[in-house]
Amino acid sequence: MTASTLPADTADLAFARKDILRIATAGSVDDGKSTLIGRLLYDSKAVFEDQYEAVERASAGGDYVNLALLTDGLRAEREQGITIDVAYRYFATPRRTFIMADTPGHVQYTRNMVTGASTADLAIVLVDARKGMLEQSRRHAFLASLLRVPHLVVAVNKMDLVDWSEKTYEAIRDEFTSFAAKLNIPDLTVIPISALHGDNVVTRSANSPWYDGSSLLHHLEHVHVASDRNLVDSRFPVQFVIRPQSDAFHDYRGYAGTVASGVLRPGDEVQVLPSGLTSTVAAIDGPRGPVDEAFAPMAVTVRLKDDLDVSRGDLICRPQNAPQVTQDLDAMIAWMADEPLRPRQRLAIKHSTRTVRAMVKDLQYRLDVNTLHRDMEATELGLNDIGRVQLRTTQPLFIDDYSRNRVTGRFILIDEATNATVGAGMLTTST
Amino acid sequence: MTTPDHRPTPDYRLSQLETLEAESIHVIREVVAELERPVLLFSGGKDSIVMLELARKAFAPARIPFPVMHVDTGLNFPDVLQFRDRRVTELGVHLIVASVPEAIAQGTVKEEPNGSRNRIQTPVLLDAVEKHGFTALFGGARRDEDKARAKERVFSFRDEFGQWDPKNQRPELWDLYNGRIHLGESIRVFPLSNWTELDIWQYIAREQIAIPQLYLAAERDVVERQGMLYAVNEFITPREGEQIRREMVRYRTVGDANLTAAVPSTATTVEDVIAEISVTRMTERGATRGDDKVSDAAMEDRKKEGYF
Repeated sequence: MTASTLPADTADLAFARKDILRIATAGSVDDGKSTLIGRLLYDSKAVFEDQYEAVERASAGGDYVNLALLTDGLRAEREQGITIDVAYRYFATPRRTFIMADTPGHVQYTRNMVTGASTADLAIVLVDARKGMLEQSRRHAFLASLLRVPHLVVAVNKMDLVDWSEKTYEAIRDEFTSFAAKLNIPDLTVIPISALHGDNVVTRSANSPWYDGSSLLHHLEHVHVASDRNLVDSRFPVQFVIRPQSDAFHDYRGYAGTVASGVLRPGDEVQVLPSGLTSTVAAIDGPRGPVDEAFAPMAVTVRLKDDLDVSRGDLICRPQNAPQVTQDLDAMIAWMADEPLRPRQRLAIKHSTRTVRAMVKDLQYRLDVNTLHRDMEATELGLNDIGRVQLRTTQPLFIDDYSRNRVTGRFILIDEATNATVGAGMLTTST
Repeated sequence: MTTPDHRPTPDYRLSQLETLEAESIHVIREVVAELERPVLLFSGGKDSIVMLELARKAFAPARIPFPVMHVDTGLNFPDVLQFRDRRVTELGVHLIVASVPEAIAQGTVKEEPNGSRNRIQTPVLLDAVEKHGFTALFGGARRDEDKARAKERVFSFRDEFGQWDPKNQRPELWDLYNGRIHLGESIRVFPLSNWTELDIWQYIAREQIAIPQLYLAAERDVVERQGMLYAVNEFITPREGEQIRREMVRYRTVGDANLTAAVPSTATTVEDVIAEISVTRMTERGATRGDDKVSDAAMEDRKKEGYF
């Protein structure tokens, strides 16, 4: 049997070349977030019969099958009826495959939302049409913009409970649009839906003749993400040095790593940081042998013409376009530990493939994630707080502004006593 | 055969398989760079075959810089064990076998009354980890397999008893993995976290990776037991009232031979398997595993005890 004997849809799903869209959702069970995800999974046939039967059994007695039970997987979550941690869901259509980070919406889970948004191409914020834009909707939108998620979708849910009122939808859309204008949100889309009944989730609903946009799934399938990545600034953090030391590859010395941004080609003149020495790219080996060019997020091995001393933590770039080399960092930090962050504190910092020590020099302000008010008097950052912090590192890092480069502009903070990941940082290089 | 185009698109987007491949290679390299004694769990099943292939690519043209380990329950399909040994020899990697039957003979674990060795393989795994001093264990688990797995990190921290604490996991941001541990602790690493069953099969097709014959449909003698088809073999003999019949079946998962059911199938090539999986309406574990039917949270409970 070949692909051509299959029904067209199946052949596309099975064999077409697709790309991946990473989505983050934030919201609580009250907003109908789990129901929406359950609906997307169910209607795109990513939910299997045995899973559905288990959910049907578990929701016996209710009027509807509780689709939220498809996603809340831990014992504690099922017992308490809440989402605690980030869960990852997978579904596919003939056009795209989707990885969805499903995160809880309450303020005490801000760190989980930040985690989910960190890798996302698109974030979905849920708003209950009856309640309009709440404090938490603003917080979710702000966190998406802080993490520089390029596309934001506001799903105005429970439209069935406001009789599909166009006025209600427009009021929420206008309020959100003016709020988003204050944030860094390059692409905002507002969609009226009913997750419970499936309106405008997979297909356009007859209940909203006044709405001329796409269904949610259609939007997810077609949103244009090709221009989201930085293809200009070549950055290649060296992850591991490959030296086979075998007879067949006696002189092989390759620098393995994942391209952070830009494009690298054999023949390119390059500079290695921190040494500053220059060389030329002799070859780039991909998973299937030599390649003509490498771009993010390809995992490759770069060979140079000259025998330089290059090791893990070094960075290969173009001589005329290098990142900032500095021990002084300015960053927005999302704090994730019970013990607060305070000035003078010492931490380990992992930035690309380089891990160094750092000291907190100054806490400039703490940000109220609901009102965006800057508290200049703050003396510490508690669990789930976000603030602007200055750090001094023991060794230089090779950094870019997070808004320009999501890879070389980010880092995590590690407590060296407990080994816990205690913070996430987004660098700002402009003053 | 129709396979996805190998060349990148002009707009510098990777396909879904290329993206997943790159992500997995990044994870595998990061472990070797940051943790001292990694080992890869290799059973000869399709997921661990793909994981081993990704490890090969991560370090080529050098050899894979860590050994592989198999927790042998003594209930494996012979076809799969032969495949395991052949693949390990081809790659020149060292294979460590942690044997459950040996542990039973020595009295360190006891056979469970129902004949399942699913739970008792955990102490055998943990003993082997301690004996060899492994600090990082690569596992081929995927998040789409189970609700508990869907919540687990790529770098999953385990305490000195190998236990998973689902409510106290390290935040995992971007691709900045935290592999720091104290003596006795370890990290379970899941490079295939974001792959689905369909991705695995598409990758096997695209890369033309060899797999055990059990994964392809053939006429086999089967008995029907609790609605599932079990192939008759040295571990499964017909019980009273069960009729042996001959059917075209294949295995979607390869676990212990006494517990893994086959599914009716006409898929005799990898491409056929992909076509079948694209339209299937049952999860692979639900369709084939007697051991996951115990409770809705069976996997979470086993993982807390140190299971993969």
